[in-house]
Amino acid sequence: MDLSYGEAAEAFRAEVRAFLSAHWPPRADLRGADLKAFVRAFRMLATEQGYLYRAIPKRYGGSEQPVDVVKAQVIREEFARARAPMEVGGNGMNMTVPTLLEQGTEEQKDLFIRKTVEGEYIWGQGYSEPGAGSDLASVRTKGELSADGSKWIINGQKIWTSQGMQATHMFMLVRTEPDAPKHDGITYLLIDLDQPGVTRRPIRQMTGEGGEHTFCEFFFDNAETPVSWQVGERGKGWYVSRTTLKHERASIGSADGLGKQFAKLVELAKQVGRIDDPLVRDQLGRIEGFVLSHRYSSYRIFSCAAAGEDPGPIALMMKLLLTEIGHDMALLAQELIGEHAFLEPPGAGGRGHRGPRGPEKWLDQIMGSLGNSIAGGASNIQRNIVGERGLGLPRDLAMSGER
Amino acid sequence: MHFHLTAEQTAIQDAVRGTLADSWPLERIHAFAEGDGDFDPESWSALMALGLGGMLMPDSGMGLLEAALVCEMAGEAAAPGPIVGQLLAAAAVARSRNGEGDALASGEKVATLVHGGSAYAPSARAADLFLIVDRVSGVRLVHAADVAVEAVKAADRTRPMSKVQVPSGAGETLFAAADPMTARLADAALVLVAADALGGAQRVTDMSVAYAKEREQFGQPIGRFQGLKHQLAHMALDVEPARALLWYAAYAWDAELPDAPRAAAAAKAHLCEVYVRATRAAVAAHGGIGYTWEYGLHYWFRRAMADRAWLGSPAEHRARAAKLAGW
Repeated sequence: MDLSYGEAAEAFRAEVRAFLSAHWPPRADLRGADLKAFVRAFRMLATEQGYLYRAIPKRYGGSEQPVDVVKAQVIREEFARARAPMEVGGNGMNMTVPTLLEQGTEEQKDLFIRKTVEGEYIWGQGYSEPGAGSDLASVRTKGELSADGSKWIINGQKIWTSQGMQATHMFMLVRTEPDAPKHDGITYLLIDLDQPGVTRRPIRQMTGEGGEHTFCEFFFDNAETPVSWQVGERGKGWYVSRTTLKHERASIGSADGLGKQFAKLVELAKQVGRIDDPLVRDQLGRIEGFVLSHRYSSYRIFSCAAAGEDPGPIALMMKLLLTEIGHDMALLAQELIGEHAFLEPPGAGGRGHRGPRGPEKWLDQIMGSLGNSIAGGASNIQRNIVGERGLGLPRDLAMSGER
Repeated sequence: MHFHLTAEQTAIQDAVRGTLADSWPLERIHAFAEGDGDFDPESWSALMALGLGGMLMPDSGMGLLEAALVCEMAGEAAAPGPIVGQLLAAAAVARSRNGEGDALASGEKVATLVHGGSAYAPSARAADLFLIVDRVSGVRLVHAADVAVEAVKAADRTRPMSKVQVPSGAGETLFAAADPMTARLADAALVLVAADALGGAQRVTDMSVAYAKEREQFGQPIGRFQGLKHQLAHMALDVEPARALLWYAAYAWDAELPDAPRAAAAAKAHLCEVYVRATRAAVAAHGGIGYTWEYGLHYWFRRAMADRAWLGSPAEHRARAAKLAGW
């Protein structure tokens, strides 16, 4: 075993670092539109260097680099160290673009990829519905062809769309063949959200978070989208969405985040004067056993990816492991904050500048850890995945028709 | 960057797994457990014939990671024999002026480990040499003639402990307490016992999964029911990520990284608790059959309790790790 990245990677690291020190950060007095323009120019330069949008072909604004997970990791580390912006984030980059690259028409790729890469188009995910959560293939939002066959007319409701207030477009699963078996009656559509038939509304969460940066629900009342914006064949949308989810899962790299959060928990114990309490030390140590297991397992998965080998079932476990550790940390944090638990922290659950906050700020993590067991595949579904795909156990009869 | 097993490491592990599987089918474990011995010369020779006795010696081209892979297999098989003591004694002797290295590497002489402050050691009645590893008083090698060994009824039937009394000052001091090698050997022992725990935990998880696929109730394999499926998923979720923690502790020891002592303590504490949880969950997952003597799950269950207690409890090592972290 060897945790160094090797000489070639270190030489590459020096090159990235030199680039960053020449081009980042912006002058301290840049504000507003000037700052935005600077960031945009910086991203273009970094893309020209081959540091960003590595999987995107050049004709769509990417840098079209060969797959190299070590280089990609070095880039992530160095950009993080310099606090430099990487790719525009969100569903567009994680889901729409990979799906279009694999299954989109030439027209769709030309229309959407570059504008998504440049951050002009922001994509919402239109999968979950009030009646279709874990049983996603039971979606009921209806798509019908217009009389002239040129447009899909959409009616129904979607829910839990992140960045919903900002989204300009949506990729969605719509039932177009009501008489077909449930997986075979769905079509994958792209839609422009700026039209009269679309209404959006933020969902106020248990954290109190509402407003501009939260999940939304969408209502479709004779909304329209051209037939040419349909991805893949009519009735095959379920299978198109499966590739998208695969891309989403492959893009997770959370060990550093977890390590930082654990370090903050240790800091909290110091801050509240409990770090010398043997019970607290023991609980911190017990949680750290899992935190370290998560970290070194992510090294293991990374190492296998770099060598082109299959890491095995461990890769299926990382989301559930992260979620479970989050619960353990939440419970210890609750113990540590003591009477700060009486306080609602300013801007609870929200984003952006919130001013100074005391130990009560852990309410965000305490509630957020519950969100993690729901979002992106609920924990009981994760347990099914580990049991069925990881351990080879037979599928539940109620779900045996699922794919 | 390489943080998964190489083909060579996997080959070592497969060779040891095959040898131990031949030596220790369930009926042989039953026979050993019902006997009153604490050592099996035939299987010991077969294991030592693989040439692994000296793998922790400085010139072997191997290290603690490879040694951990061997101990993991011993845990998986619930194999009798003082493999942890043997590997560590060879490591200690080779780094001192003592001349027993060859006899230990070949397995001709059998060595067991006495943890500083403990009154027990495995395979003590068969051991020629006792390696005392004590963070407080250093590392000593003591001949069997100088050690008082008293057989006791052992709870762990596959690796029976005996009561041992080593007179103070007996044997040869290999390393003084302040010698860094003393702490290094104590840390290595933690990693090797953690490896035994990993192997055992994986074994009972595999047994539970296999049983859930084959056992039918209500006309279904029971593994189809989500209640059990989720329990099995949690067993795997406990065991598989911990593998990388063990690898890191062994790698850190081999590379002499600054956090090696802390990683060893964390691995011992974590893996031994994983093992106890896994064996308890395995009995629960099996139902009645798992509670029988004949089925044999209890061998790993008992070994899990022994691994947990040996070399200090999880709480003790977490307290050490906290101190080493500077909390």
